[in-house]
Amino acid sequence: MTTTTHPGIEVTEPMSGRRMGLRLLWAVLAGAAAELTGLGLIASAAWLITRAAEQPPLAALSVAIVAVRAFATSRGVFRYAERLTGHDVALRAQAATRERLYHSLIPPRAPRHGGADLLSRMVDDTDAVQDLLVRCLLPATSALITGLTAVVIAVAVHPAAALVLLAGLVAAGVLLPAGTAAAARRWSARIAPARAALAERVADLVHGSADLTAYGAGERALSGALDADAALAALERRQSRVHAAALAVGVLVQGLTVAAIVLLAQGSGAGTVATAVLALTALVSFEPVLPLAAAGERFAGISAALKRLKEVRSVPPAVTEPGTPAPLPGAPLTVEIDDLVVRHAPHAPAAVDGVSLTLTPGKRVALVGPSGAGKSTLLAALMRLVEPGSGTITVNGADLSSLDSDDVRTLMTGLTQDPYIFQTTLRDNLRLAGPDGTDEDLERAVRRARLERWVSRTGWDAQLGEDGRTVSGGQLQRLALARALLYDPPVLLLDEPAEALDEATADELMADLLDVTHGRTTLIVTHRLRGLEEVDEIVVMEHGRVIQRGRHDELVATPGYYRDLWQSEALVSG
Amino acid sequence: MHKDLLRLMRAERSVRAHLTVTLAAAVIAGLLVLVQAELLAGVLSGRFATGALLFLAAVVGLRALLGWGQGIFAARTSTGVKSALRHRLLARLQELGPARLSGHRSGELVTLTGRGLDALDPYLTGYLPAMAVAGVVPVAVLVRLFAADLTSAVIVLITLPLIPIFGALVGMHTKAVTERQWRALSLLGGHFLDVVRGLPTLRAFGRARYQASVIQRVADSHRSATMRTLRVAFLSSLVLELCASLSLALVAVPIGLRLLGGSLDLTTALLVLLLAPEAYLPLRMMGTRFHASMEGVAAADAAFAVLDDAAAPEQARAAAVPAAGGPPEIRLENVTVRYPGRDDPALREVSLVITPGERVALVGESGGGKSTLLHLLLGFVAPTEGRVLVDGADLAELDLTAWRDRLAFVPQRPHLFATSVADNIRLGAPSASPELVRRAAVAAHADEFVDVLPDGYDTLVGERGANLSAGQRQRLALARAFCRPDASLLLLDEPTARLDGRSEAAVVTATAELSRGRTSVIVAHRPAMIDLADRVIRIQEGRIVSDVLAEKSLVPGAGAAQAGDER
Repeated sequence: MTTTTHPGIEVTEPMSGRRMGLRLLWAVLAGAAAELTGLGLIASAAWLITRAAEQPPLAALSVAIVAVRAFATSRGVFRYAERLTGHDVALRAQAATRERLYHSLIPPRAPRHGGADLLSRMVDDTDAVQDLLVRCLLPATSALITGLTAVVIAVAVHPAAALVLLAGLVAAGVLLPAGTAAAARRWSARIAPARAALAERVADLVHGSADLTAYGAGERALSGALDADAALAALERRQSRVHAAALAVGVLVQGLTVAAIVLLAQGSGAGTVATAVLALTALVSFEPVLPLAAAGERFAGISAALKRLKEVRSVPPAVTEPGTPAPLPGAPLTVEIDDLVVRHAPHAPAAVDGVSLTLTPGKRVALVGPSGAGKSTLLAALMRLVEPGSGTITVNGADLSSLDSDDVRTLMTGLTQDPYIFQTTLRDNLRLAGPDGTDEDLERAVRRARLERWVSRTGWDAQLGEDGRTVSGGQLQRLALARALLYDPPVLLLDEPAEALDEATADELMADLLDVTHGRTTLIVTHRLRGLEEVDEIVVMEHGRVIQRGRHDELVATPGYYRDLWQSEALVSG
Repeated sequence: MHKDLLRLMRAERSVRAHLTVTLAAAVIAGLLVLVQAELLAGVLSGRFATGALLFLAAVVGLRALLGWGQGIFAARTSTGVKSALRHRLLARLQELGPARLSGHRSGELVTLTGRGLDALDPYLTGYLPAMAVAGVVPVAVLVRLFAADLTSAVIVLITLPLIPIFGALVGMHTKAVTERQWRALSLLGGHFLDVVRGLPTLRAFGRARYQASVIQRVADSHRSATMRTLRVAFLSSLVLELCASLSLALVAVPIGLRLLGGSLDLTTALLVLLLAPEAYLPLRMMGTRFHASMEGVAAADAAFAVLDDAAAPEQARAAAVPAAGGPPEIRLENVTVRYPGRDDPALREVSLVITPGERVALVGESGGGKSTLLHLLLGFVAPTEGRVLVDGADLAELDLTAWRDRLAFVPQRPHLFATSVADNIRLGAPSASPELVRRAAVAAHADEFVDVLPDGYDTLVGERGANLSAGQRQRLALARAFCRPDASLLLLDEPTARLDGRSEAAVVTATAELSRGRTSVIVAHRPAMIDLADRVIRIQEGRIVSDVLAEKSLVPGAGAAQAGDER
């Protein structure tokens, strides 16, 4: 969130592929130029010195002298340009990746296991694109250009030596990185589980500290964590052989190539000038090539991250949007659910199994039942977050599947499961549900959600979320309720509005809520029965099915789940 | 150089040895470059016969070998340091204990102790060796240059210090800005994560698409700000490159002219040409490695901040073993508990006697001091004033481990460990037979869902028990308490919080059975649980505000809080 939540939609130009390519080209050229000037500096200096030793007239050296000075001056400038353009491109690429990822996440998808950790890893993965450019692609390209140039110079001087140089460069710049990449891939497959095991043990020690201490199991858990650490360390030590060997092979290839070139040149009677230029060019041409082995190691992790991102992007949305969405029905709305069946996976047991329900304008319905009964899934189907297996939901006769899912959520929404607090001010956290709302609207919503005392204490501009002020479960719930009331949809959905509140506050909140929603089409999910005397219909669900329905008086008069629960609630609350 | 890290490496013998080998290999390999340059210059100038190439190859081979050794031992150093740090951190966390641990951001601690320390790798395996090489090799190169050619050596000697000087100048100028910018960049990542996490909420209010443009705008403005900083920050590398390559030109051109004049021989000239860059290279390398190791330095800082935390470790204590046996009598005498950094005491001058076998419910608003009272009995916190007596003995003088052996505890949010269901149940009784584990599960009404798990009692519980519902987790925690049949004091912290009606009923029934014949202290919010108690104590703002006996015989099952006598 930013503090700017103005409703005005800014038309931003999409990241153009061609311009991005152009920037990338500049970065590559700057990098290559930096390496080439380095190569030129050494080659011209070597030529200058060896030629000077033959004591030619001074004029013969003047070009070389100018070249040495020019290369020396321009090298730093090119390096500077390379670093700037490279970072610019990388930052742009990362932003583009995040945008693409975000756009693919907007349509609702089937909930996936892993939750917050999975999300943060996904966000970390978007850094991979940056790494790919700055650490792999750009260095590899400038190494390639430098290597080719060195080989071309060598061909002009001594074709056979050029062949040796080419072989050396290919070994150090292609074979070696390919080898390290393959090894890194193999090793990360072995190390990742060990790392996860350690993380798990550490999490157990920290999060389970009270349990461990109380039951005297701390020492056991500690030694378990240390064992996991030792196992990981052993694997890491073995993995380091790859890196060490790559380092050694690189040095060896560079040195032996130079030695072989000198041997070849001197054997074939090439002059001192030619030999020196060849040898020093060869020596320096390896400089951008040798780091590629480390880039290869890194590439394994980068490609895994990119693959994960691609998988995330390719997950199909949970609902199919209509080709041409039907027009949005106008209020007042009648919602009819007919024999609805919802499954979370094709062969999973039905989470909602043949539920029918009608919401006429102004009607208030309560959904009651044990956790896992399918209540929240039913709300998700109404918000068009899940695709029904069979059965229909219609709004004023229009099938939900013929409407744009975003439009459906302007009709039916409210307080959803696991509401989220963004890292921004209290005001912006509320305002996201009503960008056009006046301060008065915000204050009214807060009052109705019984949050006004907290708001006056913390202030509208208090930072909430992870690094800001901590928000208790009850406050979070009420803030979410305030959002729902501010948004004021034609059909208000409330999923466990009194969740995580203490008894007294929960009772007050429910009473207020029933007051506020009077005459408003409302579907409320709850496991507390107090106050439900007022609603028009109570639907009791268990295992996805409706097991009882009716008004409070009727249900209390009939033996069954509702009456049992009511009695136990009445009994214990005196 | 990180002082704390250095101290740690000195203290660990094997780490010290591995580091020494690593640094020695790096320095010797760096010095061998001098020999290599000598040989190459000799061969190229024709002073040495072509056969000297064999020596050159040998030197190269030796350098490769040293590079290999450096890689191996650097990894040993790094895993050694990480293990040592991890060991100390984990021991420190144990020392802090549950009460003080909750003051830290536990998620951050877990990340730091786990993969956070991996950020040390570039520092240990890259920066430290580069620093050693930078300290030795340029000096050696200079010495050799002085011996070979005074003029060139003087040029290098004058330009060489420019690199650190300019580096420091530019660094000083940009340090604060750069750091701020990198922080902003990580904030940018945080912002993106925040939006992605809150996507369901944005979707519910039709704001998901709008937020895409916000993401783009934020990223754009951060990028331009970052690039503005980098334009200055990268000046340091511009200066370094310029210094290094210009001094090479400064050396090469006069040498060429002197060769022309015949006042210098080719071997020396080539040697100078080959050696001069080697004087600058280690310094530049050190700069690069330093930037790559910044994250590791931050990780080390964070780790040592936890280790050096001012909070004193628990005092060594006289270990009187508590008298084992039946349900204990507990007596609090004017107990006040203060947590460091908070103004108001969590408990103030609380006096209380709980008789053996009594069932006590603690009620009151959250934050009133109920959990602190339980933590006091568990020995997680010690009284700031007053004392806690168990069967007449001061808890402060008892062997806590032995005392805790007599307890069964169900915390507010029980943690399930990443192991099997059975191992989770027998946490407090590792030698419990499968039969006992099963009986405990039955008693806690947990057997019904455990039996339908894929591998029954051997089913692995996912990280933080993610694949079990809150009610199921709570019942496993109760089974844990049942699995200690000899426990004589039962401490329960809101065992029915976050449960739906049916789970609650099951847990209440189980608790009633568990508390039979034991002294029990139960923190309760829900009426059903309060109803179990013989006595209800209300705690508010750290004080006992009411203490009433439940008159079960008169009003069976009715609200205890109202139906009692003031004590």
